[in-house]
Amino acid sequence: MKLDVNGNVHDVDAPPDMPLLWVLRDLLGLTGTKFGCGMAQCGACTVHLDGNPVRACVTPVSTVGARKVATIESLSPDASHPVQRAWIEADVVQCGYCQSGQIMTATALLRRVPEPTDADIDAAMSGNICRCGTYGRVREAIHLAARLQKGGGK
Amino acid sequence: MTTLSRRGFLTAAGTGAAALVIGFHIPEGAARTVAPAPKAMMSPNAFLRIGSDESITVVIAHSEMGQGIWTGLAMLVAEELACDWTRIRCEHAPADAATYAAPGSPLQMTGGSSTTRGEYQRYREVGATAKDMLIRAAAARWKVAPADCVAENGAVVGKRGQRATFGQLAAEAMKLPPPASVKLKDPKDWKILGTPVRRLDSPEKVTGRATFGMDVQFPGLRTALVARPPAFGAMLVKFDAAAALKVPGVEKVVPAGNGVAVVAAHFWAAKLGRDALVVEWSQPEGGGLDTARFSAQLRKLVEAHGTDVGKEGSVDAGKVAATLTSVYEVPYLAHAPMEPLNCAVKINADGTCDIYTGTQAPSLDQQVAGGILGIAPDKVRVHTQFLGGGFGRRANPKQDFVAEAVLVAKAAGVPVKTVWTREDDIRGGFYRPAYAHRIVAKTDRAGAPIGWEHVVAGQSIMKGTPFEAFVVRNGVDPTSVEGLAESPYLRGAARHVSLHTPVTPVTVLWWRSVGNTHTAFAMECMIDELAHAAKADPLAYRLKLLDGAPRHAAVLKLAADKGGWGTPPPAGRARGLAVHESFGSIVAQCAEVSVEGDRIRVHHVACAVDCGPAVNPLGIEAQVHSSVVYGLTAALHGKLDLAGGAVQQGNFHDYPVLRMFEMPSVSVHVVPSTARMGGIGEPATAPIAPAVANAVYALTKQRLRALPLRLATVREARG
Repeated sequence: MKLDVNGNVHDVDAPPDMPLLWVLRDLLGLTGTKFGCGMAQCGACTVHLDGNPVRACVTPVSTVGARKVATIESLSPDASHPVQRAWIEADVVQCGYCQSGQIMTATALLRRVPEPTDADIDAAMSGNICRCGTYGRVREAIHLAARLQKGGGK
Repeated sequence: MTTLSRRGFLTAAGTGAAALVIGFHIPEGAARTVAPAPKAMMSPNAFLRIGSDESITVVIAHSEMGQGIWTGLAMLVAEELACDWTRIRCEHAPADAATYAAPGSPLQMTGGSSTTRGEYQRYREVGATAKDMLIRAAAARWKVAPADCVAENGAVVGKRGQRATFGQLAAEAMKLPPPASVKLKDPKDWKILGTPVRRLDSPEKVTGRATFGMDVQFPGLRTALVARPPAFGAMLVKFDAAAALKVPGVEKVVPAGNGVAVVAAHFWAAKLGRDALVVEWSQPEGGGLDTARFSAQLRKLVEAHGTDVGKEGSVDAGKVAATLTSVYEVPYLAHAPMEPLNCAVKINADGTCDIYTGTQAPSLDQQVAGGILGIAPDKVRVHTQFLGGGFGRRANPKQDFVAEAVLVAKAAGVPVKTVWTREDDIRGGFYRPAYAHRIVAKTDRAGAPIGWEHVVAGQSIMKGTPFEAFVVRNGVDPTSVEGLAESPYLRGAARHVSLHTPVTPVTVLWWRSVGNTHTAFAMECMIDELAHAAKADPLAYRLKLLDGAPRHAAVLKLAADKGGWGTPPPAGRARGLAVHESFGSIVAQCAEVSVEGDRIRVHHVACAVDCGPAVNPLGIEAQVHSSVVYGLTAALHGKLDLAGGAVQQGNFHDYPVLRMFEMPSVSVHVVPSTARMGGIGEPATAPIAPAVANAVYALTKQRLRALPLRLATVREARG
């Protein structure tokens, strides 16, 4: 089947029930998207389908169809995306394993709600678990990213 | 006192940290263990390389698992070297204890909140040594005295305006002998240490480029999932691989230890193959452990004294005005790091083995793999990847996840990466043990403790491991009782602490902050009970007992002050306190809580820390936040139940962890301190559960003595 990932169309030979997560990681070698729970509980595998955040670990690859898949690798290779810049500025990461998912969820939130409130952030981000406890700085970075975007970041 | 204002820092600073780097004495042969980067011209020792391209590579002897040592240890080097901070990069050291074990330790291992304090001297010396060599190289080039040259921001500068960059000097410097000794900077001259510096590993972690063990891929590497016993004590009887082998992509099914591995082209095939695998397991002896029954057993055990831990003084019966008895309980806990366990193993025809994983203990990996393969440990190369959380789980005396992967690779005859599912991780053992504490406190007329009988019951994390011989004394595992007999609250009391150490088939392990996870809970809640019994203010009561412990008193006062103690809390809220010393640091917390239905909500935690000199205040703040969240998960949610030896929970829906909407605001206040440097990765974990429990009591008058904290329903409270 054909799969549009980060603007590149791949011909993928995968069983239809294979979750998008494992197609990305094991067949396409895009390991930035992480496995954390396998049942849409932790958000580490968050990617965008046509701009909407989904949990790749429970998304059968056959259901993706013509929708465009965007992974963490698509934001920027040099951390120049406003959300990535905000993440670095706020010194968010610790172990870093959940952060691809946090960033992809946050990016989708900011696209939908350019200036999110704390309540918006709670609602959007509570599906993304961080065992290192970076939540306070994730919140701060989202507010900062909103300012960076408003200020003309890309 | 320094109160770190994150927002102030963020707005005031750019990337900020102008810096220096390098240095150190050369263990013989150590340089050989690090493959030089293509442009490396100077490798004064095994810890540092300076490239002709001005790159500065710091080799990190410990594992980066989120705690920020890739930044902190680099700062130690940079302070003495005077390099350009923006040129610094880090990499994990190979497994080589002779070179990279922490000073004073035989093992290369990361844990015990020990990295920064353990490496404080060595990594500064690394920087100072290289700077000395670079300066001498410049002096020789310019035919001047070394004393007439200084290093600054990545270059050596001479008195008459000569200037050469470290990269330009690296080749010449490398030809010079390292200095016999170096003089380190006076802390008052520090430019980097003690200032907030952002993490060096952010760029790769926000782009998805960072490689965790889970992300290791190379040609020929297969993925394996292992079917493990469904219950502690169950043994593999037989298996039928036929259905598993029919799954497309499944290549082999092999027994491995007390499990069966399904080896496949990728994770999904291995998962479907394991689902299809038919395995017969034996029933655990005696039916297997039930936590309901085991908890009752622990409560029964603590009714009588166990093995003496410490016994001092006797109570003057005539002075006893009251006796208060309480029992505290904590359950088994899984570490549940975000990255499920995994380990890639390649066994080579030349009698060597390559291991790729996120590990806290490369030395132990070498030992267990060498033992299984019948090769010397130094034939096992460990390629440490980023760890997606450790919390103790990725260091255990058996290195179960590494040993298993080696067994699978050996049996399969191909390179294999074992991947654990979340359920495998939650049910895979090596838990924080369940414990019960029973305290009988006798108080005088003023309500102060004059007698303290304290009985603890729970499994030992050391018993049965190679560490037992070094740690367990007279039948007492000190990690089961840490902080009790030596509590600063009990200086005026006759003390008797004793321990029961039951043995079960459930595997147990250290878990962030180790025994302090339960000893601080019991101690700080009991002190709070005594304060209320004495009708005293819990802060004033504690401070009176801490009269001879000024550091404890200072952080407690600071946390209370910053948490608003003594001022009325917002309507419907109350505050609680706790202070505890562990890993050489003292942490106090003031938690502000409310109750919504049967749910405890923590709004704010003010945290005061005395950890001695601060290397990176930003790193300390992050570790304290992290510890509070980790401890809050245990306080509010964490509990494993076992029935018939089988763990009943399996994933984040039934083993919940703290989420964004539950996150309190946390303020961190670091006390300037010249005390001996302590650790910071763990000490803030322990006080949060008692601080919250004490706040809940202040609000509801319900004294919750078991974790996780569960409010009685209205009916239960009335009944």
